[in-house]
Amino acid sequence: MKAVAVSGLRVRAGRREIITDLSCAAEQGDFLAVIGPNGAGKTTLLKVMAGLISPASGELRVLGRPLAAYSRRQLAATVALVTQQLNPDFPFTVEETVLMGRAPHLGLLERERRHDFDIARQAMAFTQVDHLAARRLDQLSGGERQRVMIARAICQQPRIMLLDEPTAALDPAHQLAIMQLLHRLLKAEGMTVIMVSHDLNLAAMFAGRVLLIKEGRGLAIGPPEEILTPDYLRQAYGCSMYVDRHPLGGTVRVSLVAENDHSLCKAVSTPVD
Amino acid sequence: MLFQSHSSLSRRLLFIVPLLGLILLLSMVASLLEGSSGLGIADVLASFSGGGGKAAVVQTILWRIRLPRAVLAAAVGATLSLGGLVFQARLGNPLAEPYILGISGGAAVGAILGMFFGLAMFPGVTLLAFAGAMLVMATVLLLARTRGGGRSDFLLLAGVMLNAFCSACIMFLLSLSRGSQVQHILFWLMGDLSMAEPGRLWLLLPLPACFFLILILARPMNLLLTGQESAAALGVHVQRLTWVLLGTTSFMVSLVVSQSGLVGFVGLLVPHFFRLLLGPDHRILVPACILGGGAYLVLCDLLARALPAGGEMPVGVITALVGAPLFVFLLWRSRT
Repeated sequence: MKAVAVSGLRVRAGRREIITDLSCAAEQGDFLAVIGPNGAGKTTLLKVMAGLISPASGELRVLGRPLAAYSRRQLAATVALVTQQLNPDFPFTVEETVLMGRAPHLGLLERERRHDFDIARQAMAFTQVDHLAARRLDQLSGGERQRVMIARAICQQPRIMLLDEPTAALDPAHQLAIMQLLHRLLKAEGMTVIMVSHDLNLAAMFAGRVLLIKEGRGLAIGPPEEILTPDYLRQAYGCSMYVDRHPLGGTVRVSLVAENDHSLCKAVSTPVD
Repeated sequence: MLFQSHSSLSRRLLFIVPLLGLILLLSMVASLLEGSSGLGIADVLASFSGGGGKAAVVQTILWRIRLPRAVLAAAVGATLSLGGLVFQARLGNPLAEPYILGISGGAAVGAILGMFFGLAMFPGVTLLAFAGAMLVMATVLLLARTRGGGRSDFLLLAGVMLNAFCSACIMFLLSLSRGSQVQHILFWLMGDLSMAEPGRLWLLLPLPACFFLILILARPMNLLLTGQESAAALGVHVQRLTWVLLGTTSFMVSLVVSQSGLVGFVGLLVPHFFRLLLGPDHRILVPACILGGGAYLVLCDLLARALPAGGEMPVGVITALVGAPLFVFLLWRSRT
C-alpha cells in the first residue's frame, strides 16, 4: 500500500491551471523531495495532499483510501503539514503551540490529558526544543521556530509528514540539523516524509527519491542520481548546472554555473561520472 | 506575561473565573447603590429591614430601575468584549472590533430612522436597530461568500466601506432632525444604558447560548490564530467555523446594540487587556472577556452616573475616556 498515490491530478485557481497533469506516488517510509522551478506547483501539490485545496480532477489516495473519504480531522491525524506561517500578533508559547498538534485527536469539549502532554513533551525532546517550552514563539530564532513547527507536526502522530521548504531562511548548520531530524524521524517512526525544497544538494543527500515538476507536470521521479542530471535540470530550470559527486560519501552534487563562464560550460556539456 | 506559564489550564481557570466573577458581582452591587435619585447605602439597607412608604420607593428604584440597568450593562459589556475577541481572532487583526462588519452603521441607521419618525424606544427603535445591523452584516457576509474567496482582508474592507456608507446616511438623517431629536440621537450614538427596563430584559435571553457556543469553539479559535491554512491542516473546518463564529457574534452584538446604542471601545480594550495579562489561549480569554467585560461596563456606567452632578452622561463617553488612554498605555507597555 502506497503512502500517497496521485494520478492525473489537475488543480485550478480561477481560470489558471496550476497543476495540469501530475501523477506520482510515495511508498510508506519514503523520503520524497519535490523540486522544480518557482511556480511549478510544488506547494500546491503539498496543499492538495494535505486536503487544503480540492483538485479539479484526478485521483488522490492516502494510505490506499481516497482523500475524499477522510473527514478533516481524520486527515489531520494522518497527514501533517509544516508551513512557515507565523502570526506575531497572537504569540503562543512553544508548549502551547506543540500541544495544538493534539487537536485532531481530541473532541471539541475534550481537554488535553496527561497522555497528550507526554506526547508533546516527547515531540519537543525529539526536536530539541524542550528547553524552550515556556518561551513565546515570537522570541525564537528561525531555526528554533522551524523545529517547534516540526514538533507540532510530530505531536499530530501522522503517518505522513509534508514540509514546505523547511530549510529556507536557515543557515547551513541549521539546514543540516533540520534534515538530520527528518531523517531520524523517518528511521525511528517509519514516517513518510514529503518535502518541497529548492536546495538540490540537501535533497540529494537525504531524499530517497526526487520528484521533478515543471509547469504543473511531473517531469521525472526516481532516485536522486537519476533525476539530478544536467539534462533534466536544464529542462526544468532552463539553466546549466554542473553535476558531480560529493567528495565525501559520494552522493550527487549540483553546482550552479555562471552563464559567461566558458571554462565551466565546457565541463557541463561533458557528462561526469 | 502574568499568569501565563506551564500551570495547567484548569488550575488557571479555577483562579481566574471566580476572581473575575467576584469582581463582576461586586461592581453590580456597587452599581445598585449609586444613582441620580441620591439614594445611598443607608437608604437601601433600611428599605430591606422593612416598612414605610420610602422603603417601597427605594425597593422600586432598586429592582425596576437600577437592577435592569446593571444587568444590561453587564450583558452589553460581556457581549461587546467577546465580540471583539472573536473578530480579532477570525480576521487575524488585532484592531478588529465588534462593530467591524458594519453592525454599528446598520444599527445606527435603523435606530435613527425610528427616532426620526418618532417611534417608541421599544419595539420600534429597538427592532429597527436590530434589523439594520443584521441586514448590513448579512450583506457583508454574502459579499464575502460570493466574491471574497481567498482574500483575508475582504471582510474587513467590505465592513469598513458599508460602515462609511451608513455614516453618510446617519449624517443625512441628523441634518434633517430638530431640537430634542438631535440630542436623543446623539445619546444613542454614544451608547445609552438608561433605556434599560425590566420588561425588556428577556431580549437578552439568547446571549448565554451564544456565549456557550463560542466557549465550545475556543480551541479551534486558538488554531485559527496560527493562520487559516495551519488551522485547516490541524483538522479545523475553517469555512464552517467562520460562519458559525461570525454569525453568532453578529447576532449577539446586534441584539445588545439595539438595546444600548453604540458603546464604543469595550470590544477593543477588554480583549487586548486580557490578552496582555493572560496570554492568547481562548479557553481562558472567552470566560475572562465575558466576566471582565461585563464588570468593565458596569463600572463605566457607574462612573457615567456618578461623575456629573445631577443627571448622567452617555456611558460611551466614559468607556472611551477611560479606555483610550489605558489602551495606549497597554500598547506602550507591550513594546518595552
